[in-house]
Amino acid sequence: MDLNTLWFALIAVLFVGFFFLEGFDYGVGILHPFLGKNDTERRMIINTIGPVWDGNEVWMITAGGAMFAAFPHWYATLFSGFYIALLLMLLALISRAVSFEFRSKIDDPRWRKLWDWTIFFGSAVPALLWGVAMANLVRGVPINAGMNYVGGFFNLLNPYALIAGLASLTVFTLHGANFLTLKLGGGMEERARETARKLWYPAAFFLLLFVIGTYWMTDVHQRLGLNPGVIPMMAVIALLASRWAIANRRDGWSFILTAVAIVFSTVTIFIALFPRVMVSSLDPAWSLTIYNASSSPYTLKVMSIVAGLLIPVVLVYQAWSYWIFRQRITPESHLEY
Amino acid sequence: MDVVLLARLQFAIVTVYHFFFVPLTLGLSVLVAILETMYVRTGDETYKKMTKFWGKLFLINFAMGVATGIVQEFQFGMNWSEYSRFMGDIFGAPLAIEALLTFYLESVFLGIWIFGWDKLSKKAHATVIWVVAIGSNLSALWILIANSFMQQPVGYVLRNGRAEMDNFFALVGNGHVWVQWPHVLTSAVATAGFFVAGISAFHLLRKSQNMELFRRSFRISILYGTIGTVLVILIGHTQAQYMTRIQPMKMAAAEALWETEDPAAMSLFTIGNERERRDVFAIRIPGLLSFLSYNSFSGEVRGINDLQDEYVERYGPGDYIPPVAISYWTFRIMAGAGFVMLALAFYGLWLASKNRTAESPRYLKLMLWAIALPFVANSTGWIFTEIARQPWIVFGLQKTADAVSPNVSAGMVLFSLIAYTLLYALLMVANVVLLRKYAEAGVPEATNADLAPAGAR
Repeated sequence: MDLNTLWFALIAVLFVGFFFLEGFDYGVGILHPFLGKNDTERRMIINTIGPVWDGNEVWMITAGGAMFAAFPHWYATLFSGFYIALLLMLLALISRAVSFEFRSKIDDPRWRKLWDWTIFFGSAVPALLWGVAMANLVRGVPINAGMNYVGGFFNLLNPYALIAGLASLTVFTLHGANFLTLKLGGGMEERARETARKLWYPAAFFLLLFVIGTYWMTDVHQRLGLNPGVIPMMAVIALLASRWAIANRRDGWSFILTAVAIVFSTVTIFIALFPRVMVSSLDPAWSLTIYNASSSPYTLKVMSIVAGLLIPVVLVYQAWSYWIFRQRITPESHLEY
Repeated sequence: MDVVLLARLQFAIVTVYHFFFVPLTLGLSVLVAILETMYVRTGDETYKKMTKFWGKLFLINFAMGVATGIVQEFQFGMNWSEYSRFMGDIFGAPLAIEALLTFYLESVFLGIWIFGWDKLSKKAHATVIWVVAIGSNLSALWILIANSFMQQPVGYVLRNGRAEMDNFFALVGNGHVWVQWPHVLTSAVATAGFFVAGISAFHLLRKSQNMELFRRSFRISILYGTIGTVLVILIGHTQAQYMTRIQPMKMAAAEALWETEDPAAMSLFTIGNERERRDVFAIRIPGLLSFLSYNSFSGEVRGINDLQDEYVERYGPGDYIPPVAISYWTFRIMAGAGFVMLALAFYGLWLASKNRTAESPRYLKLMLWAIALPFVANSTGWIFTEIARQPWIVFGLQKTADAVSPNVSAGMVLFSLIAYTLLYALLMVANVVLLRKYAEAGVPEATNADLAPAGAR
């Protein structure tokens, strides 16, 4: 495996980590104004991700940084091209990032309601737009010979990408409900599980629609064949199976299964892309690939050493932080946020 | 307005705004870590209360820094795609390392710190905030390695129309990094010192409950702020000497020095005519600029006109003169704020050593307002260092005008500029409301360790 492939894989890993972790964070953010019936309940919900959400979001920041370092043309084309979509996402993420810290610091219903809604939109908008963005990577967008995106904002809102956006939105929300079932106490876990049970239907519907759309509206079936292989199938099967786990109160399994669905769907997208990183819908020769979009071999080498040294350490201490805060949040818990 | 100007304006707004919060995070993380360490060592509950009180303000500020930092990671791709393509090899690497090495560290450990008071031993908990402090200050190193390349490109080759890295260690060992990083770190110490001293002064003035806590906070922070201010000035001096050698045009613009002089005079106050490149009115001290540049009253300091001629010869026809008036005044505001801080810090240190702080209401009142000074200095310092590098985005390699995204229209940049500005203005209101509330609330005598106003828990 050459370094270009390694870095493609590493960026895939960063997105996998990001969607797995921020997936439930977004879900929790989307669910909290509805699932929490009063202020204490809403605070309990927010506190389930309180200690970890920021560390989870770093996966996205790092993915962006890694794209910049390893594939500068990918970084440049994607972010200048998906400009308005990215702007909306950034505005949402900025508001969301301060909300957790600000919300419970003033005891005023209007103040708290304001931040409840910034948490909601700050979670829902990126949950939707990441699906849209990923689908457009695979489907292809107008990129010219100079590697520049020449479409507009509405080129990104094609039916296939919107289906993908709704799929990521609903699957993340389901993933969040499964997370809350594991993390809440005092009876609220029952309500979270019931919500998960209902959320399964739209999530399964949109994921299946996305699979059909992928066959119908992209070149993936030519690349992967009619039988796409184990990984995409696992993603779908895992999501379908989570219905059973939720119904049977196997809460650990429910969470693991939605996690598997997210992880394997993300991997599928990267497999479908490889070795391209952005597909040009104008001319296949103008697509960005792991070779024409990459940094110099020297930079890739330096970054490989750095990543090889640091990523294992990050995984260890991030896992440790989850271990520290493994207990369920009950009404009696000390609520920091 | 054209797209380059709008993109620059946007970069200036989001970056200066982000940098309101960064130095306070850097400096205050260390100060809070010191306070918690004192609590662990002495077992004195007052130190714990201090840790929690200043820690709350630290967290509010940190949240703003994190939120506004998100744009920083993506805006190069959005507005400056040509720059990203040209420089990604070099600029992306430290950015990615910053994320991998330090963003994970600070955010994961900060989460543990906020929520871990009753989950970790005292010692472990104090260690956690030290990790946050080290992580934050190291993140400054990596972003400044990236910025230093823009000021003084090293460790690269030009190949395939791009700047490609050929020596990572040259990038890290860039002399510019090692004057710039210390300058930023010490300015952060000064910022946090003045922030804590100013709010302590407010409580001492108001004779709030828990006077002892604020007396102690004032003593510690004024010492911390004095150390920071003295060092930031000394290092700033070294940095200016370095700049004279590496970026003479920047120095000449900072001094509005049109002609090469030996010995060179320093301007105290100049009203100039930028178009005709001459002074309209100037008060200048002979020899001082040579002294500042070389520690000797003689020595040639090169002027704008000479450098312009030299750059035309080296880089081809063009205007290589940065906006002189902005450079001149931002440099003076920065340095001026620094010297006012120095005087205030020394006076405060003297008062504190005589235990007479509480007897000087006028000084205490002044210190509350002086919180603004480091923020003014930090912002003007950055505006200066980026403006006075123009017309280059990477000195000698790429011009700012060539760096913008070709496929992003002026309308899009304007739209996002307005969106960011509106959102940032609203967030600033919320931030100030919260900081004021928590800073004013002080620490009620009765409650132990629980500092949030009623209902906020």
